[in-house]
Amino acid sequence: MPKLATKNKPKAVSLISGGLDSMLATKAIIEQGVHVEGINFFTGFCVEGHTHAIRKKDQSKPKRNNALWVAEQLGIKLHIVDVIEPYKKVVMNPKHGYGANLNPCLDCKGFMVGKAYEWLQQNDFDFIITGEVMGQRPMSQRRDTFPVIERESGAGDLLLRPLCAKKLPPTLPEREGWVDREKLYDFHGRSRKPQMALAAQFGIEEYAQPAGGCCFLTDAAYSSKLSDLWKNRGSREYELDDIMLLKVGRHLRPREHFKIIISREEGETKFMQGYRKEFIHLYPTSHAGPLALIDGTVQEDDLQLAAQLLARYSQGREASTVNVNICFMNGETKSLEVKPLPKDDIPNAWYL
Amino acid sequence: MSEHHLDARRILCPLPVIRTQNMVKELKQGDVLTVVCTDPGTVNDIPTWSRINGHKILDINKDNDEITIMIEVNGLES
Repeated sequence: MPKLATKNKPKAVSLISGGLDSMLATKAIIEQGVHVEGINFFTGFCVEGHTHAIRKKDQSKPKRNNALWVAEQLGIKLHIVDVIEPYKKVVMNPKHGYGANLNPCLDCKGFMVGKAYEWLQQNDFDFIITGEVMGQRPMSQRRDTFPVIERESGAGDLLLRPLCAKKLPPTLPEREGWVDREKLYDFHGRSRKPQMALAAQFGIEEYAQPAGGCCFLTDAAYSSKLSDLWKNRGSREYELDDIMLLKVGRHLRPREHFKIIISREEGETKFMQGYRKEFIHLYPTSHAGPLALIDGTVQEDDLQLAAQLLARYSQGREASTVNVNICFMNGETKSLEVKPLPKDDIPNAWYL
Repeated sequence: MSEHHLDARRILCPLPVIRTQNMVKELKQGDVLTVVCTDPGTVNDIPTWSRINGHKILDINKDNDEITIMIEVNGLES
């Protein structure tokens, strides 16, 4: 018979995303007298925080990490784990493929539950909780994919999904009486009404409502930029800075051998200034305007085109000429006087 | 008690929180960690992380674009 890792009170680790479902699932188990601590994984693709921190227009939104906020509301500890490196293999080569964009949701869930299972073993916890609801997500939250997650994560029946447990076979924590199955739920499908009703029952009035999920890989525009990066490098390898830069600026590829990233506002300019040593960068000197980074190998005529594109997005877009300073990675600089590229001369195909 | 310093400038949340968390794991009760950040989100996130994990915020100072946060390790548990 399985024994509790700590003999007296069962201990569960809960995957906290910052959204409502994981909050409710955790609360349901806390209410049963289980000691719960939260875990949250940082993949590099998380929507949380980053864009809010970068873009000035987003700075009126609350600058908080929702997973931390949820943990505080629930009165539990939260462990945030950096999984940037091990997560790469999930993104680059997902066994179960991608969703509508470059989102490897099923592999991702298996990976995260697997990491939670490792944590459980290292910290003497007894079982894992997720906020999954059967039928809520087309790829990872289905009756036929739930067993895949249990198997590939290694967690097996130590994985409890409190919000839809009654729709599933009893797990070890239920069979052993660590939790009362009768006090769990049978939510299924895409409707959010049962979750909202349960939130009201628990007295939870405020919760994050992420629009479009919490991962950039579900975003079509972001996925398109990541595809372009992989294609032009001839490899799916990436570093954190690569995927961070895909979150900021306008990305245009006017030639196959180079891409230009042009900041859209002051916050992005400031953020991109941190990359000036790693890229050829340019900025207007005769007019106010953005900062641009060049990714690729460029010739003289490419620099001319890049400067004209930058001028197009500067305050001098209607001027006959704009002066642009180009700074190379070896510290050398060069000044060009260019005519801003007319809007109609920028093909849509250049925009990533 | 000893004093420690963490440079978390130019990285965005949750990385400053993760670096703080990992450094605190190596420290002893009563030690003081000073974290310097540039992500405005750290003003909320590091104190929240500290509170839920039993650490005490001694001071938060904003100077232009830099935020300095002083944490007493396990200061809320003593």
